[in-house]
Amino acid sequence: MSAVIDDAATTDVVVPSVDVAPESQPVGWRHRHLLDVDGLTAIDLDLVMRTADAMREVLARPIAKVPALRGRNVTILFYEASTRTRVSFEVAAKNLSADVVNIAAATSSVTKGESLIDTIRTVEALGAQMLVIRHSVSGAPYLAAEVFSGSVLNGGDGWHAHPTQALLDLYTMRSRLDGGSVAGRKIVILGDVLHSRVARSNIWSLTAAGADLWLCGPPTLLRGFEAWAGRGAAAGRRFHVTSSVEDALRDADVVMALRIQRERMASGLLPSLREYAARYGLTAARLALAKPAALVMHPGPMNEGVEIAAEVAAGPQSVITDQVTNGVAIRMALLYLLAGVASTGSGASPAANASPAA
Amino acid sequence: MMSGRRIMTADEIRRATIRLSHEIVEKQAGTDGLLLIGIQRRGVPLARRIAAAILENEGARVPVGALDITFYRDDLSLVAQQPVVKGTELPSGIDGRTVVLVDDVLYTGRTIRAAMDALVDFGRPQAIRLAVLVDRGHRELPIRADHVGKNVPTSREELVRVHLEETDGEDGVEIERIVDVPEPVGAGEPVG
Repeated sequence: MSAVIDDAATTDVVVPSVDVAPESQPVGWRHRHLLDVDGLTAIDLDLVMRTADAMREVLARPIAKVPALRGRNVTILFYEASTRTRVSFEVAAKNLSADVVNIAAATSSVTKGESLIDTIRTVEALGAQMLVIRHSVSGAPYLAAEVFSGSVLNGGDGWHAHPTQALLDLYTMRSRLDGGSVAGRKIVILGDVLHSRVARSNIWSLTAAGADLWLCGPPTLLRGFEAWAGRGAAAGRRFHVTSSVEDALRDADVVMALRIQRERMASGLLPSLREYAARYGLTAARLALAKPAALVMHPGPMNEGVEIAAEVAAGPQSVITDQVTNGVAIRMALLYLLAGVASTGSGASPAANASPAA
Repeated sequence: MMSGRRIMTADEIRRATIRLSHEIVEKQAGTDGLLLIGIQRRGVPLARRIAAAILENEGARVPVGALDITFYRDDLSLVAQQPVVKGTELPSGIDGRTVVLVDDVLYTGRTIRAAMDALVDFGRPQAIRLAVLVDRGHRELPIRADHVGKNVPTSREELVRVHLEETDGEDGVEIERIVDVPEPVGAGEPVG
């Protein structure tokens, strides 16, 4: 670049260096559904993260709304209680100018005994083109994807997967860690790993991205994960399981606390919330074992004083509100990318008009 | 790298850019309130070059921004795959300013329509003007450029490629025939 052009760049806006040679541009998105993160390649993950960057820029605008999904119907079908995921999807879809239909199973015909398949056929007949589904049964979104003719986004199914949460967690880490990468970073997931779909999806994406992942919690809430860790290690993924909070937190770069669900006490997996908080809660003293700039994360909703101390959750190392904002950006990115695949075949696309720059 | 018939050399691009910079300043009667906004991707380096030329001739720094129009395209439901978004960065406050949109090629006008829709989401410019390096005709919308580097008569079966040092490693504009071109929808033009 010549000196003359460098001069121009010193005006009051620095134009980002977004231009890359065509051959190094990422290949496009090929997936019709987002059911879990296990089907995503490193290139896919990179494309999602880059698209989310553009969505963050949209969110920072005076009018945080673009017409990319104008006329698309996004139906949000939730069979389980949720505030942040449902609202996050709704805000994301509305920021892209989609038409949003919200269905809470508790107030729908599901209470009259309508089956999942019938409900999906009904919402499709009512115009749904993209379906966001949360269900307490693992695998329900996979069944939905077989029936539904548009795109299905998994908003959480049973203990199995929560792909948008894993992607927003990865995005938050990449944007907050020096060097913009989780590769080689010590990342701790602390708490009820056994019942957590957030943990399962994160295990996949974080180890795929090269993180040194540690799972920590009471032995009763880690059952089966040692065997998984062994298989993961054999496949070249760095993956540890321990019940020692000290071992897990020492020199950690990221600590993600998981919610302890009160109903677990009844099943005898935990003696009491007070004992859990005393032995595994993320307190300021325990956090001091991690690196000084370690990030504190929580997928929410939090039980402050149980799995995480209030002063840690609101402390300077906490990026918990970042996670919420990034959640909207990631969901906008995914809706945008999936909408492209879902629309193929909807009309002849003359090559002469395919590129607006021509 | 380049394979088609060359219609502008590096020198011609340089001279056209300098002339565009003079025309823009002349039309504005100065540089007050002027903003240059390049449309991703090649409009951005062109906008920077024009700003550099204005700095050299007038001694005034005109702010430069980058605009990505992907989310405003009218063919998102037609393309097989979502285009990769390249990022928008505008100088703060476009209200009351004269915004000059800069792009490499003006063809159907749909990109400019999208760019104007995007701009008004950021504020209310006093005026929006358009500067392009190449106008190749075949407008599908009532849009015209205020400043044109070179008018090039083309057919729809041809492709105009602008290469810039910053994005492609060299400067030059070339034209080539598209082999195996599908018939554009609604195009009543005879082939050739």
